[in-house]
Amino acid sequence: MRHFAAVAAALLAYELVARSGWFAAALVPTLPTIAHTLWTMLADGSMERHAASTLARVFSGLALAAAAGLVLGFAMARSRAVERFVSPLVNALMPIPSLAWAPVFILWFGLGNAATVLIVFYAASFPMLVNAWSGARAVNPLWLRAAAAMGAGGAQLFWKVVVPGAAPFIITGLRLAFQRAWIATVGAEMLAASDFGLGWVIFDAKEFLNADVMLASLAVIGALGYLFERFAFGALERATVLRWGMVRPGQA
Amino acid sequence: MSAIELREVALAYDTPAGRVEALRAASFATAPSEFLCIVGPSGCGKTTLLNLIAGFLAPTSGEILVSGRPVSGQGLDRGIVFQDFAQLFPWRTALGNVAFGLEMKGVERAERERIALEHLRLVGLEKFAGAYPHHLSGGMQQRVAIARALAYNPAVLLMDEPFAALDALTRDEMQRLLAEIWRATRKTVVYVTHNVAEAVYLADRVIVMTPHPGAIKAIVPVRLPRPRDPLGVEFLQAQKELLGHLKREEAP
Repeated sequence: MRHFAAVAAALLAYELVARSGWFAAALVPTLPTIAHTLWTMLADGSMERHAASTLARVFSGLALAAAAGLVLGFAMARSRAVERFVSPLVNALMPIPSLAWAPVFILWFGLGNAATVLIVFYAASFPMLVNAWSGARAVNPLWLRAAAAMGAGGAQLFWKVVVPGAAPFIITGLRLAFQRAWIATVGAEMLAASDFGLGWVIFDAKEFLNADVMLASLAVIGALGYLFERFAFGALERATVLRWGMVRPGQA
Repeated sequence: MSAIELREVALAYDTPAGRVEALRAASFATAPSEFLCIVGPSGCGKTTLLNLIAGFLAPTSGEILVSGRPVSGQGLDRGIVFQDFAQLFPWRTALGNVAFGLEMKGVERAERERIALEHLRLVGLEKFAGAYPHHLSGGMQQRVAIARALAYNPAVLLMDEPFAALDALTRDEMQRLLAEIWRATRKTVVYVTHNVAEAVYLADRVIVMTPHPGAIKAIVPVRLPRPRDPLGVEFLQAQKELLGHLKREEAP
């Protein structure tokens, strides 16, 4: 339960402010009100549908980004020519916020999933690419030597040494990409999605001053992020790089 | 036919400051199943010599033959053990590490695991087959590295100061173990060290090298019966003789 101390403290602080009477109750609803709204939206299935479409966008964008980022990142690490060719483009595109592309993509692809997934893909690609690139270059040269001495080359060297050797970076890349994908998805849904997704719900609720709906949706985003970090990335890390001693657990 | 034969092997680098001779015309041939040590101070080119035999470096002139065939690059006819414990693949268990070379050779799974386990038994670590390297002590990791280098049955074993980073007690133990393994496998071994006592304990012959430029100064036979007693009078006498070869070079 110690894990939730900070969350509990934040909730308590919020509740105190909500009940202080400094703000209108409709703008700063109390936790029970938010919980009730959340429960109603879960009960009628609308929250699940919105969360499902947001997750679908997060993961489509993330999958595309992971594939492209890994391939290009490893290619850049492997070949100076590719690195020299791609780096300027990467360096120029990386600082552009993915949401800044939203109007352009909407213009090209219309409102809906294509534009949203593309924005997510854009946001998530760079952390994946940069980490794959760094990871492949950070592989201990001794492993490469030992493997080469045992006859490994080409595809075998890549799959059996470079990829596992770069695993700590790849997992970090996935984590950051996932985070960016969430931010981009919710943001893109506010701008580019027509009528589904958590971002759209939050944006739409603004029209009716439904602060409880907004906050309930934010809570769902936070909870989903927590669950994936803990049970997907945390588990992946425990099963691989932590188990192999390539990264250390935090100090007790 | 010698397992290893060097004919006038030389290596020079071109640097901005001019041409640097790393190794000057080295020639020798091993006797069958010989244990050959290479001794010399830092910068004498002993590791360079080993890297040339391993195929990590190509000589500027001269020829290196392993089992009668000219060396061009790395190959499974040579097993290599480095000084750094990090040479093991952290993502593979002890068994997985030892099986790596066999895997590259295309040996099927059951067979390579049987052979790998046999070699772990040879170094006394069959109980640790499932352990990851980070759970093993430095000495144990080096034993796994030796098993790994022997598992695919190379003609020669090349060792670059494999015990230099171990504490003195473990080092003594490892030297005894290596002498036993060598007796059991009858491999030709080339072993680089800066430790004179270690060379006298292990070697049939000792190649003494001197720096600036790296060159073979003398090849000294060690004619002590085995197993050798590091505290015996003859042992200390042999050590003194070898030291004499190293010292004489230091005079201007």
